[in-house]
Amino acid sequence: MEVSRFALFVFTIAILASPALSDLVLSRVDRRIYLTSQIVRISSTLKVENTGPETVSEVLLAFPELQAKNLAFLMATPHEGKGKVKNTVISLPIKAANLKDVPPALAFYSVSLPKGLAEGDTFTFDVLAVFTHALRPIPEQITQGDRQLVVFQESAYYLSPYAVKVQSLSVKLPDSDIESFTKLEKTTHQGSEIKYGIYENLPAYSYSPIVVHFPSNQPFAVAKELVREIEISHWGNVQVTEHYKLIHGGAQSKGEFSRLDFQARPNVKGASAFRYLVANLPPRAHSVYYRDEIGNISTSHLWGDSKKTELLIEPRYPMFGGWRTAFTIGYGLPLLDFLYESEGKRFLNITFSTPVVELVIDTLIVKVVLPEGSRDISVSAPFPVKQLQETKISHLDIDGRPVVVLEKNNVVPEHNQYFQVYYKFNKLSMLREPLMLISGFFFLFVACIVYMHADVSISKSSASYLAKEQWEEVKAATQQIQNIISRCLTTHYKLEASLRDLSRTGDVQACKAARKTADGLLKELSKELKPLLTILQSSPSAAQILPKVEELVAKEKELQEKMMLKHSTVVDGYEKKSGARDIENRVALQQQKLAALRQEVDDLLEFIDEI
Amino acid sequence: MTNNSLRNAFGGVLSFFILLLIGVLAFSIRLFSVIKYESVIHEFDPYFNYRVTQFLTKKGIYEFWNWFDDRTWYPLGRVIGGTVYPGLTLTAGTIWWLLNSLNIPLSVETVCVFTAPIFSAFASWATYLLTKEVKGAGAGLTAAALLAMVPSYISRSVAGSYDNEAVAIFALIFTFYLYIKTLNTGSLFYATLNSIAYFYMVCSWGGYTFIINLIPMHVLLCIVTGRYSSRLYIAYAPLVVLGTLLAALVPVVGFNAVMTSEHFASFLVFIVIHVVAFVYYIKGILSPKMFKVAVTLVISVGLVVCCAVIAILIALVASSPTKGWSGRSLSLLDPTYASKYIPIIASVSEHQPPTWPSYFMDINVLAFLVPAGIIACFLPLSDASSFVVLYIVTSVYFSGVMVRLMLVLAPAACITSGIALSQAFDVFTRSIKYQLPGVSSTNELDAGETSSTTAEAQNDAVKTEKTEETSKDRPSRKSKKKEKVQVEKPSTKAKAEKKRLLALPLEASVISLLLLIMLGAFYVVHCVWAAAEAYSAPSIVLTSHSHDGLHVFDDFREAYGWLRHNTDVDDKVASWWDYGYQTTAMANRTVIVDNNTWNNTHIATVGTAMSSPEKAAWEIFHSLDVKYVLVVFGGLVGYPSDDINKFLWMVRIGGGVFPHIKEPDYLRDGQYRIDSQATSTMLNCLMYKLSYYRFVETDGKGFDRVRRTEIGKKYFKLTHFEEVFTTHHWMVRIYKLKPPKNRIRGKTKKSKSL
Repeated sequence: MEVSRFALFVFTIAILASPALSDLVLSRVDRRIYLTSQIVRISSTLKVENTGPETVSEVLLAFPELQAKNLAFLMATPHEGKGKVKNTVISLPIKAANLKDVPPALAFYSVSLPKGLAEGDTFTFDVLAVFTHALRPIPEQITQGDRQLVVFQESAYYLSPYAVKVQSLSVKLPDSDIESFTKLEKTTHQGSEIKYGIYENLPAYSYSPIVVHFPSNQPFAVAKELVREIEISHWGNVQVTEHYKLIHGGAQSKGEFSRLDFQARPNVKGASAFRYLVANLPPRAHSVYYRDEIGNISTSHLWGDSKKTELLIEPRYPMFGGWRTAFTIGYGLPLLDFLYESEGKRFLNITFSTPVVELVIDTLIVKVVLPEGSRDISVSAPFPVKQLQETKISHLDIDGRPVVVLEKNNVVPEHNQYFQVYYKFNKLSMLREPLMLISGFFFLFVACIVYMHADVSISKSSASYLAKEQWEEVKAATQQIQNIISRCLTTHYKLEASLRDLSRTGDVQACKAARKTADGLLKELSKELKPLLTILQSSPSAAQILPKVEELVAKEKELQEKMMLKHSTVVDGYEKKSGARDIENRVALQQQKLAALRQEVDDLLEFIDEI
Repeated sequence: MTNNSLRNAFGGVLSFFILLLIGVLAFSIRLFSVIKYESVIHEFDPYFNYRVTQFLTKKGIYEFWNWFDDRTWYPLGRVIGGTVYPGLTLTAGTIWWLLNSLNIPLSVETVCVFTAPIFSAFASWATYLLTKEVKGAGAGLTAAALLAMVPSYISRSVAGSYDNEAVAIFALIFTFYLYIKTLNTGSLFYATLNSIAYFYMVCSWGGYTFIINLIPMHVLLCIVTGRYSSRLYIAYAPLVVLGTLLAALVPVVGFNAVMTSEHFASFLVFIVIHVVAFVYYIKGILSPKMFKVAVTLVISVGLVVCCAVIAILIALVASSPTKGWSGRSLSLLDPTYASKYIPIIASVSEHQPPTWPSYFMDINVLAFLVPAGIIACFLPLSDASSFVVLYIVTSVYFSGVMVRLMLVLAPAACITSGIALSQAFDVFTRSIKYQLPGVSSTNELDAGETSSTTAEAQNDAVKTEKTEETSKDRPSRKSKKKEKVQVEKPSTKAKAEKKRLLALPLEASVISLLLLIMLGAFYVVHCVWAAAEAYSAPSIVLTSHSHDGLHVFDDFREAYGWLRHNTDVDDKVASWWDYGYQTTAMANRTVIVDNNTWNNTHIATVGTAMSSPEKAAWEIFHSLDVKYVLVVFGGLVGYPSDDINKFLWMVRIGGGVFPHIKEPDYLRDGQYRIDSQATSTMLNCLMYKLSYYRFVETDGKGFDRVRRTEIGKKYFKLTHFEEVFTTHHWMVRIYKLKPPKNRIRGKTKKSKSL
């Protein structure tokens, strides 16, 4: 219904329309419409001829407004014969034209020709127009097992403000299966292609609607919104994070979803659904992840070689018509491949749109996060985009990183072109964050050291503080006493050792000498002991420990005396040349006493230790 | 002298680094789940906590206290702010806030995932402090190392296990440490800290009642054994007063802090300790004779008063039906209580009593070391060590009642085993040292050095242990070398002489030492295995190893993801309560019941619907505004904890409230079965139908891999529900209620045909 009404409307325009705007004539128009995916691409070759006297430098392209609304991408390039290298071609500038005296339901774009056309001159160029949402599912709701049928409508005649001499149209479908299509004269259907034309000598604004109704089970993946965040780190990484909000934009599914049917015959009972998407990431992409707000999605595959990295992502569930999902993919790229320097400025050179193949994006927001401290930021994009500036505060930032926000609606794979962000950046700023960390830890340690060494008690005269001070003193003194005692004990061992030597060698003189040195040492030690003991005696907090310490000292003295006694007894024995057994007998008693004393001293030492 | 202090400093630095490494160990052993799976929240309750934390970080603390959640328990809703233990949420929220204000933008999820491992590091440090107070630094380090990897605690604190217990165990140990510290020092400072730690524990977990009963028990024990001191008073009285005041501040506890029987013991002991303190005071100022008179007087009067007071109290308590105890506490005191009266508590697997193997699984060799540790605590018995004994004894009892309380047992077991191990090492290393005469006599000549080591010999022994203990953790060649060096350190004859009497034979001690190290190694191996294999699964993602590699079952998230994106935001989803928290958190849809089982009737309603025939179930669900019904079905892949296996609880809980559901109707020969022998009630109930709808078409027979049988009723149609989604492995199936219009049309058709 709507189709025919629209057609009728355009027809009226065509009849009423004023004569051609200039004296241009399209001598030949070949159009090819590709309906092989959800994105409709119309590629036309136009040959313009100037029949008027004036030189013309602009050619107008017309689109019905319904189509213009869906027009995502328009490009005109000078036509070159087949077989020539295409990548050197520079596209012709195109701008939207606002004309008077033209039918109101048409949108015009004007293509500037590389040089003006004089009378009789011809120029041939190609126009590529890409449309989104141009395929309308009919029926609008289908069940799990149904095919998805879509309708595409166009004019069999090239809609143009100029008269067209010769024209043809071919429509390329996904396969040979066609539900219905408008049959006009000179319509041929062959395989997956429908041909209209050749039609000759049609006036300006000729319009003859055609409708193609055909099954298409191509993935109708539409990203309602895609936020791409490209974060540059001058430490060598470009981190790309892409948040997708995806919907299956085809016919709505209705009724039950049966997993059984889907698993048993996925190509029949799930033909309209798509299960996976393919993303062609740049080469050397690393740390790829694929997740959503509830965690990692385990159904993905990654292949890579030196030319590209291919990521196959499967949403958590098969996407039927109208089903939605949301997920995030992220990957890191080597900085070298994308960041360049020229004329004192750095610039990022990276693709604008998604790496996902054949994805339509309704709203694309690209955020380029530059390093903290970047200045003089400018963007150069190959097509018009909305620009904003933000700041983002990330790891350890102080005043945030400048963010360039680019927004564009209706994005198709043709938009996946390189764009540049220019900025100035001082290399020293890179060191800011590490230095901050280093100094942070440095001050932490300094604070620790200061805390450990400073006395932070509030009141230096409080009783508990003084008690603590005294206790420290006492502890130190006790420690020293213990030390001295243990040194005494070692001296005793030396004496013992000298006795053993004596029994082995019989060298009395050496033994006596040893005794002399030991004597001296012990005396010295007991001298050292005295001041320490007085400290303990004077300090009130040592009351608990003092008796034990005094006992220790006394015992030690006794031990010392006994030791000397034993020593002299043994030495005497040797001097008198008495038998070893005799000496042993004589010493045995002393030995016992010594052992007992030593035991006591040990116990005392241990006891004091525990305090 | 300088040598000595240097040695002390070295010891300090060494134990500091050992502690640091223990912390790292505790943290990193819990990361298996992140490495093997992913950084994701685990299981059921953590999802709720995560959702609460998200709310807190988004809306702030004041909104949080007043949060009325209308997305659960539809149509009742739930006052989250007043019914949740806020400790965990506030902790994670604070960490998140702190990090974000330092401009470290971590997501709330990341913070939540790593909260538990961080707090287990804290818990092992707290264990060190506690054990050090009881038996010295050596035992402390051993206990900390043991706790860092005890499987029982790992099971509740792996990364992603964002549950109350994760922080509560730290709070528990730290509270005990501060109590012991206060008891040892008698400092009011620590007493105050103790009540603050107790407050944190109250905030974190319902298990705080364990503290408020254990500490009074210990105080009573001390009083009874004549160990009353002013330190005991300082340790206890401020805790009760301040702690109770603080506890009452937590909304979920509120007046329960003074009104329920769980807290009764603390007040009783509070009175007792004051009476005792008073008696000691009187005793001090009266002559012995006068004191005797006073005692007889007071006892005769006091007995009368006491009897009266106790009679009133008993009357008060008895007037309430549960005797003032909550259901969970009662089932602790009487293990058969829950299964008799509250099926909803009994239905949770973690509330079942544990089996013997689970002891071995969860505390492993500690089970054998504990008795030795208890003996070591009695040599000599101090206030602190008696506390440890009391702690282990009570926690053994509680763990015997409920599996989940194994968690309380674990720190006690670690502390006692730490003491046991450390003492054993002490004895063996000492005997070895004193039996290496060759080493000591050669070194004797070196007078200067030996003299300083003499005093330090004792310290040395301790230090040697330390290195040995830690070398268990990282059996590197380096630490072994160090060990050897230290063992060979010279020692003096003086001690040897005496110790030789106590020392064991050299060979015996070397062998026992080796055996002990082997025991420790076995423990480490077991713990690592438990952490890596047994407790790292997040339970929302399942994996299985087959001959063609790893297979991932991510069905739960698939279903929740589908609900989240493809249903209306305000749709209500009915499922058994187990999946309530996950549905609200992951799918963001309103649920009828969830894991906070506060309303038995509501759960019974869902249980009834699941066990009713289709039409009756439709009516129940429709009256609850339900749009989708979610069932978990493991029959296709053999996932055992599915809804059919939980079905007996649905029947039992449903039947407990709605008597027309009778359990015998579902049983054949006393068994639940779904094969051809099953009763017709069973084969016609909603749960059966939703689980097995079109299941027979998968293999032609309808073989259920969980029940290992063919299903009873194979071909049937659904009249009131339609399948809208089934996950890849059929583990989650979602059905939509057919709109009522269809039903009416069907009815009129029927009436016409009639």
